[in-house]
Amino acid sequence: MSEDAPLHVNDLHTWFELRQWGFLRVGSVRAVDGVSFALARGEAVAFVGESGCGKSSLARTLLGLHRPSHGDVVFEGESLATLSDAGLRDYRARVGYVQQDPFGALPPFMDVRRILAEPLIVNGVRSRAERERRIRAVLDEVRLGPAEDILAKFPHMLSGGQQQRVVIARALVLEPTLMIADEPVSMLDASVRVEILNLLRRIQQERNLTLAFITHDLSTVRHYAERIFVMYAGRVIEQAPVDDLLDEPQHPYSRALLAALADPDAANARQQRAVPGGEPPSLLSPPAGCRFHPRCPYAMAGTCDVDDPPQFEPRPRHYSACWLHR
Amino acid sequence: MSRWRAGLQQLRQYPSAVAGAGIILLLVGVSIYSVVAIPYSQALDLWRGGDMWQDHPVNAGPVWADRLAGGAAPRTQTVRADDERVQTEALPGARRIGMPLTFHYDADDFPSELNVFLRADVHDSEAFVRLTWVTPDEREIPLVSRRVSGDQRVSLSQDLDLERRLQAVPHIALMSEAPADADDAPPRVLTGDYELRLDAILFHPEDSLDAELIVYGRVHGLAGTDHQRRDLMVALLWGTPIALAFGLLAAVGTTVTTLVIAAVGVWYRGVVDAVIQRLTEVNMILPLLPILVMVGTLYSTSIWVMLGVVILLGIFSAGIKMYRAMLLPIREAPYIEAAKAYGASNARIILRYMIPRILPVLIPTFVTLIPTFVFLEASLALLGLGDPELPTWGKVLNDAQTQSALYHGFYYWVLSPAGLLMLTGLGFAMFGFALDRVFNPRLRNL
Repeated sequence: MSEDAPLHVNDLHTWFELRQWGFLRVGSVRAVDGVSFALARGEAVAFVGESGCGKSSLARTLLGLHRPSHGDVVFEGESLATLSDAGLRDYRARVGYVQQDPFGALPPFMDVRRILAEPLIVNGVRSRAERERRIRAVLDEVRLGPAEDILAKFPHMLSGGQQQRVVIARALVLEPTLMIADEPVSMLDASVRVEILNLLRRIQQERNLTLAFITHDLSTVRHYAERIFVMYAGRVIEQAPVDDLLDEPQHPYSRALLAALADPDAANARQQRAVPGGEPPSLLSPPAGCRFHPRCPYAMAGTCDVDDPPQFEPRPRHYSACWLHR
Repeated sequence: MSRWRAGLQQLRQYPSAVAGAGIILLLVGVSIYSVVAIPYSQALDLWRGGDMWQDHPVNAGPVWADRLAGGAAPRTQTVRADDERVQTEALPGARRIGMPLTFHYDADDFPSELNVFLRADVHDSEAFVRLTWVTPDEREIPLVSRRVSGDQRVSLSQDLDLERRLQAVPHIALMSEAPADADDAPPRVLTGDYELRLDAILFHPEDSLDAELIVYGRVHGLAGTDHQRRDLMVALLWGTPIALAFGLLAAVGTTVTTLVIAAVGVWYRGVVDAVIQRLTEVNMILPLLPILVMVGTLYSTSIWVMLGVVILLGIFSAGIKMYRAMLLPIREAPYIEAAKAYGASNARIILRYMIPRILPVLIPTFVTLIPTFVFLEASLALLGLGDPELPTWGKVLNDAQTQSALYHGFYYWVLSPAGLLMLTGLGFAMFGFALDRVFNPRLRNL
């Protein structure tokens, strides 16, 4: 892994404790359960997986909203686990966050000027002129204009695409070096999705940002990310450069995920897809061995249900956690 | 914020909002007028003084009620001697003064009382005064003879000796027609020019005598008077700012603290929330009124102490449960998460992100809460726990209650403060409900 990487994630666990009567521990939800990777500066990556696979918990841990239960996140040489509360707040300011639901992500009682000023106020930019300058610059960057018009508006007066641009502007206004976008376009009209994705891509390249997409839409990933991480039940089960993974998926789960993609070809209309049955496992008591083995068509009794598969490298720079590659 | 401005624009379309706002403005106007026109110390004097009431009739009705009934009820007349008609006659070692106090009486009804106030400025020995009543039909009725020094009140109506002599209550006997043969006919008012003739003998050349006859009417001012001759107008006027201040302060005090505490509990969850919830549950079963009665009986009935207790007991009130239910989904809103992600502090999130979200829904509740506290204050006063000094609507009602006003037919005494209380409730309720329509999104399209 690259030495230049500003973000190292080492064996990260984010568990949520379940308690009864407020103090009796009855178990833990293992939302993120042993994830390691490193992101290089200026790299765009995508995390994919079904609902409940731990993508969003991973994102929130990276944002500093959840404390890791075990393992560590090292960002620009600082370890998240050892940061003080003030340090944590400072850390959060350096990570931008773009949320899924643009309307919900904007406080409905603030106008756009106030929404964009809030992060600056919170992070100690006292001069009103300075704030105004930075707000206008970032509005220009997300192609929202005319500024006079937009700044006085409230979120409900904006279209979905405009709202998401405001959310992106808010994430950018503190000039972060890492940006996390949690399904940034899933709530938008199909017509504006590409615009927003292109915008994010352009800003990422212009600012040389490290950008982590979280998505379950594999069809768009190819154009907007360089690497893909496939997550299942709190773990990264496959990671590879984007074309490599999409063309040659190695893990049985990734294959199923890709097979489920709608292929706009009339010849496929009657094709039956081999989609694994069952549901994602309970994160409270995940199955022993490979997490996917109860649903896996290739599961090998005695191996997959006993031992946890390590990351194999079946192809160069293409890692997959499956005993099939042994 | 433009959202508020739009809301206010929308409010204008509700006639009830306009009417309610009108009533509230009227009450505020009355409050400002009262505080400016009758300064606090003067109001206290007027309400608790004593001397200034003696020219008021007892339990007189309001003038407007009399106007409605035809307007013939007697008004209070203050009669002074006409200096030009005072006769002085020198005697050996003394001086005799004849002082006629004349007045014209043409009301339908008897006056409620007759009093003579004498002021004798004497040096060696007391002045000697004899009072004679002269009716329009030239009957001369001797009243009293007495020695006078300093200020003295001669209450003709309560002179038992005179009553026995006249065989009727003096202010009726003195003002009625000469009894006819049929004795059992009710006395009728004799209208015309009356004279109270005052003959005095003064024994020192520098002595002087001044006299004033008050023929008390049966109506007084716009609000009437109570059993202590107090003008009820003072209490009705000054009751307005007190009621509004009490209602507003109690409503602000309880809603703001309740809201902030509910938000703190929702935000921090865990132990903090549990403690707040348990405190609320305990407080919810504590009865407010008996506690106030206890504080009033054992400690102080000052309105400010009561206000403090009301706010204190109102902090952990059922409102906490309501606000908590409203805030719980807001706590999970993505914009709160975003605020956390850019480093907003806990206090900022609670005060700037959570509370403003429910403020629009809260303001109507707040407005309708004000009269609740106004009524509470009146109830306390009615229970005898009113402020010992300040004139309030509740105190008027309390006096009316203890003096059996309704039994005696003094409806004005009960109706005017009760009417003001209802007007307050009506104004705030109409305004509050219209606000609710405008600001409460669930009701907007109903």
